[in-house]
Amino acid sequence: MDLEKYILAVITTNKNKVPAGHGVFYCDSKEEMETITANLEAILDGIAHSLTEDLYVIVKH
Amino acid sequence: MTEYTLPIVFGIFMGTLSRLFMLRTDYRQYPTYLHGKIIHVALGFIAAGLGAVFGPAILKEEFTAITFLTVAASQFREVRNMERNTLTELDHYELVTRGKTYIEGIAIAFESRNYLVILTALISTLAYLIFNLWIGIIAAIASMILSHFLMSGGKLKEIVDIEYVEPRFDGAGLYVDNIYIMNIGLPERQKEVLRYGMGFILKPKTFNARATIANLGQRQAILHDVSTALGVYRDSGTPALVPLAKRDLDDGRVGVFVLPQERDAEKAIKVIGDVPTLENAIRMSTEKVGMKNGS
Repeated sequence: MDLEKYILAVITTNKNKVPAGHGVFYCDSKEEMETITANLEAILDGIAHSLTEDLYVIVKH
Repeated sequence: MTEYTLPIVFGIFMGTLSRLFMLRTDYRQYPTYLHGKIIHVALGFIAAGLGAVFGPAILKEEFTAITFLTVAASQFREVRNMERNTLTELDHYELVTRGKTYIEGIAIAFESRNYLVILTALISTLAYLIFNLWIGIIAAIASMILSHFLMSGGKLKEIVDIEYVEPRFDGAGLYVDNIYIMNIGLPERQKEVLRYGMGFILKPKTFNARATIANLGQRQAILHDVSTALGVYRDSGTPALVPLAKRDLDDGRVGVFVLPQERDAEKAIKVIGDVPTLENAIRMSTEKVGMKNGS
């Protein structure tokens, strides 16, 4: 089976939301979260999607 | 030199000429200069040769000679395969891909144009043989006009109304009018998208048009043509900056989101309107019994 979309990384400031099985990046502030997300988006060639205020995922499309 | 030599040469000349008329390099830059053109002119010449000898073969009562037309059929099916393979390979390197439906449409067009060349050469030679050179020329011009009419398909502006709408964000969701396009998380990327992005709403005029623009290949063709004509604000490694077309499930409208380098709504509407209606995307839902009155 070919996966067309998959999560490459998860970036969050909320330590209570811990998704397993992915690269998870905890951040101390919203600014740090946005910086890391922007960098990861460029590095991983994926798209940064916002699920909630404090949770981003990088998805490969 | 026999009595058939001049009519055959005339037919070949007219056939090749008609191929040259049908070989247009436009904004899509296809076929490219110069080798691509040579291939198609050469194949047109072969097609013209096949068409031109058809008339004399019939007049000489060499009916079995008709079988060489089957050679033409397989020869030009190869042309279609060649075009398909080349364009599919090249599509990987496009910033906004053509899509398989568009490629198939182009490949079909190349094959069918060779048959039109055969038709032109055949009619020209026969008219020359049966009547005279002048009638032959008139017949050639008439068949070239017919070829031109047959090769030009429909355009999108005939089946949809196009309207410019400024794209907007609702939270992380990007919208064109009320049509959801995609989720863009980063505020920085959102600003970029709003600065360069343009939105268009395609409103189908008929029920059939609704099905045609729903086709994913047709939508990809729109994105490709707009990006080719007006440029695209994107590069490899920026997957978030991607032109997309999404559908309103309620009424069949399509929201087109593009990132052109030249932000000119008038031009973009004209380009979208001139996108060919792809043969493989056309649906005739109302031809189904009992749906003729559907709007």
